[in-house]
Amino acid sequence: MTQPATLPLVESLLDAPLPASGIAWLDAARQESRDAFASAGLPDTRVEAWKYTALRGLAQRRFAHGDAAASSRAVAPSLLALPGVEGARLLFVNGVFRADLSTLDALPAGLTLQPLSRVLKDDAEPLRFAWSRSATRAEAHGAADAFARINAASAADGMVLRVAARATIAAPVQLVFIGADGEGELAWHARNLIELGEGASFTLIEQHLGDGGQAQLATFVSDIHVGAGAKLHHVTLQNAASAANLIRHSHLRLQARSEATLHVVELGGALVRHDLQVELLGDGAKLHTRGVFMPHGRQHIDTQLAIRHQALNTASSSNWRGVANDRARGVFRGAIVVAPGADGSDASLSNKNLLLSAGAEIDTKPELEIYADEVQAAHGATVGQLDERSLFYLRSRGIPLAEARALLTAAFCRAMLDDLPNPELREHLASLLIAQLPE
Amino acid sequence: MLIIENLHARVEGKEILKGLSLTVNAGEVHAIMGPNGAGKSTLGNVLSGRDGYEVTAGTVSYNGIDLLALEPEARAAAGVFLAFQYPVEIPGVNNTYFLRAALNAQRKQRGEKELDSMAFLKLVREKLKVMQISDELLHRAVNEGFSGGEKKRNEIFQMAVLEPQLAILDETDSGLDIDALKQVAQGVNTLRSPGRAFLMITHYQRLLDYVVPDFVHVLADGRIVESGDKSLALRLEEQGYAGVRHGAVA
Repeated sequence: MTQPATLPLVESLLDAPLPASGIAWLDAARQESRDAFASAGLPDTRVEAWKYTALRGLAQRRFAHGDAAASSRAVAPSLLALPGVEGARLLFVNGVFRADLSTLDALPAGLTLQPLSRVLKDDAEPLRFAWSRSATRAEAHGAADAFARINAASAADGMVLRVAARATIAAPVQLVFIGADGEGELAWHARNLIELGEGASFTLIEQHLGDGGQAQLATFVSDIHVGAGAKLHHVTLQNAASAANLIRHSHLRLQARSEATLHVVELGGALVRHDLQVELLGDGAKLHTRGVFMPHGRQHIDTQLAIRHQALNTASSSNWRGVANDRARGVFRGAIVVAPGADGSDASLSNKNLLLSAGAEIDTKPELEIYADEVQAAHGATVGQLDERSLFYLRSRGIPLAEARALLTAAFCRAMLDDLPNPELREHLASLLIAQLPE
Repeated sequence: MLIIENLHARVEGKEILKGLSLTVNAGEVHAIMGPNGAGKSTLGNVLSGRDGYEVTAGTVSYNGIDLLALEPEARAAAGVFLAFQYPVEIPGVNNTYFLRAALNAQRKQRGEKELDSMAFLKLVREKLKVMQISDELLHRAVNEGFSGGEKKRNEIFQMAVLEPQLAILDETDSGLDIDALKQVAQGVNTLRSPGRAFLMITHYQRLLDYVVPDFVHVLADGRIVESGDKSLALRLEEQGYAGVRHGAVA
């Protein structure tokens, strides 16, 4: 570990006063996280999970805290519309809840949805257990890092969402984070607590957007609990502004017979890191993840997917694709653990990657640890170029080389969206993927 | 239309074509037969411009232009079509989208106006009807999950839409059962016209029962060793290729 106090990033983050809550347990928890951050500092590349993502550049930057004007900053209308999606929306600008840009009226029965800032003000007590459990679990699993700790210390807003047992919520809920230029380069933090009761069914669409030119650092921690027999569909579009640094932690816990389907699209940002941890805790729980990351320019996009099968007959299927262009770098680690007792589990993970230029790099690392019996596991990762046979086939039909490459690359990425049920949303996401390709 | 003279070609440093000469005129159907390893598929690949085939001597003139100097896409735009022995599966690319992209890319290269989606669909529906192909094929990804017969029919369907002047069929009959073979053959026959020539590369003569060629050539050891009419194919079927190199077929 580096000497924490000497790094400008660490210093500037520690300069931020803890949010004043007036709630004893919360203040204590935040202080504890702040102390942990102060003493452990930033991970360096000797830490396995950060091997391919060096924080040296980021560590030299200073970020201001708190955007006094966040509640009145203008947001481009194009950032608000999402084709094929209507209904409840919770929107944050620089980490601050914007009631004027959110839609919280006429929520369907069974859905409770509030900004964290409001819950902490009105009645924080029901959050107490979930809040403390989240940090404790992260530390216990080795998932806590500098950013999770500073988030736990400093996040004052985010989303608190509950779906009542057996409630089927037809319209998806949108969670939107927008980074906007402020008085200086800002750091901000958001925390989300999401809980699906037994047998509930619900779709969440999470977006990270922005159109500013200033550097930012934003951290996110999302705790997602999927109750027994519940069904979650979670779509994430990360299309942040090009100078935004985004560090996200998503922790999902799946109870018996629950099903979680995740689609993740990573397009924007400068340095982007997503730790996605899923625990299959109950018998028969199922996880399905599909993801695409497309770094270009000098972007660095790192996804750390960790799946733990901890119960009988659990299943996970993960398929992620990366396309790197210019001098960009993509990192993917897919780690599956089938814990003792998780007999009869079925785990598959594939990560295929394309390099579009000689200066681009993708580091992919599959890991598989099996401690149970009767387990089916398939695991694979590749990095390469487009298939020559396919290119020739297209050219032999008259399609010029550049167009043939673009067509095959687009098909390679958009295949990860094939099973996304909302066709308008699927086409919208596909058009963003294609827009990211050369030409 | 096509004049091949003294063509020599290498693959991975090994000489496969050793002085092949052949002339094909518009409206003619030529069958190229020969034993495995004679260079049949190499001929198709060299003509369509596949990477990895090095032409060391000889010329190929197509409508008066040097075909070998053109990129594969330019050859296609000039009217050369290769029906693949093993059509490639392209997941994620819709068959209709692919065909329209191909047709419009060719039209663009020829300086013709691109077809809008209405005009294209109209064309496609006509061709489906003529080829007796179900439109279910259109909605799938190119060749993905197609049976062997479906892949070959898709090749012929693409040919029908792209309307080439010179169609090269590389073992289009291989791996087909008799019903699929008849369908493919019927498709080819439908496309025969005075302005279009066919080069059918085949190992067996059974395709020639259904698509009757004007000329049959025997390709052995990288050269055309014998040419004749359809009766040559029948003799080959009876006597096999073993005798070809020794001149016993004649």
